[in-house]
Amino acid sequence: MSGFSISSQAIDLKALRAGLADVACGACVVFEGWVRNHNEGQAVSRLAYEVYEPLAVREGETILQEAMQRFDIGRAVAVHRQGELSLSEPAVVVGVASAHRDAAFRACRYIIDEVKHRLPIWKKEYYTDGTAEWVNCRHCAESYSRPPARNEIKAQIP
Amino acid sequence: MKRIAVKWFAAYRDATGTAAEPVETAAATPADLFGEMVARHHGLTSFAGALVAINDEMADWQSPLADGDEVLFFPPVAGG
Repeated sequence: MSGFSISSQAIDLKALRAGLADVACGACVVFEGWVRNHNEGQAVSRLAYEVYEPLAVREGETILQEAMQRFDIGRAVAVHRQGELSLSEPAVVVGVASAHRDAAFRACRYIIDEVKHRLPIWKKEYYTDGTAEWVNCRHCAESYSRPPARNEIKAQIP
Repeated sequence: MKRIAVKWFAAYRDATGTAAEPVETAAATPADLFGEMVARHHGLTSFAGALVAINDEMADWQSPLADGDEVLFFPPVAGG
């Protein structure tokens, strides 16, 4: 069993863990990515994730299938948030269950790394000084060479 | 000329001021089309690190474009 999903609500960790239960599995590794209060020297107050869901879900499922084929695991699930998140909230959760722990650790690492690089998901950081910026995109649009005005920040929330 | 539906996401949507626009173009590839869009939208610069999809399938920047295609321009992704 496997499954990738996008959630607009807080990720249900209990339900995710229940979805991993398997009597043939003796190891369970869960990775949670949390919203951090700093990035590259700037103080972060909150985040917003924009997701292109049709492709993100399909590519997420592909990554989970790849993990099932590459590693000796029983189950793999992952959930990524979209919308606005507060500090310390889980933004992404990956869970893997396997007979033995080594495969679960390695598969979990593979899934989170691929999710970060391949899914059409964008993170906007809001800073304590009132500015905001799309992460990894400082050079992809000229408008980001200057901090947006406060009313612009409000208008840009997906 | 081909009629292409262009869709912009995240920082690109902010830079172009639109989420979607119809385009009439002779561009043969998404790379050529992006070049035309840079001339049209002052905020756009390079597509370094960006991804492109055609009709909801991830595509290559040198993929051929066909009349009626929907081209999605994804700025550098940042999940997790």
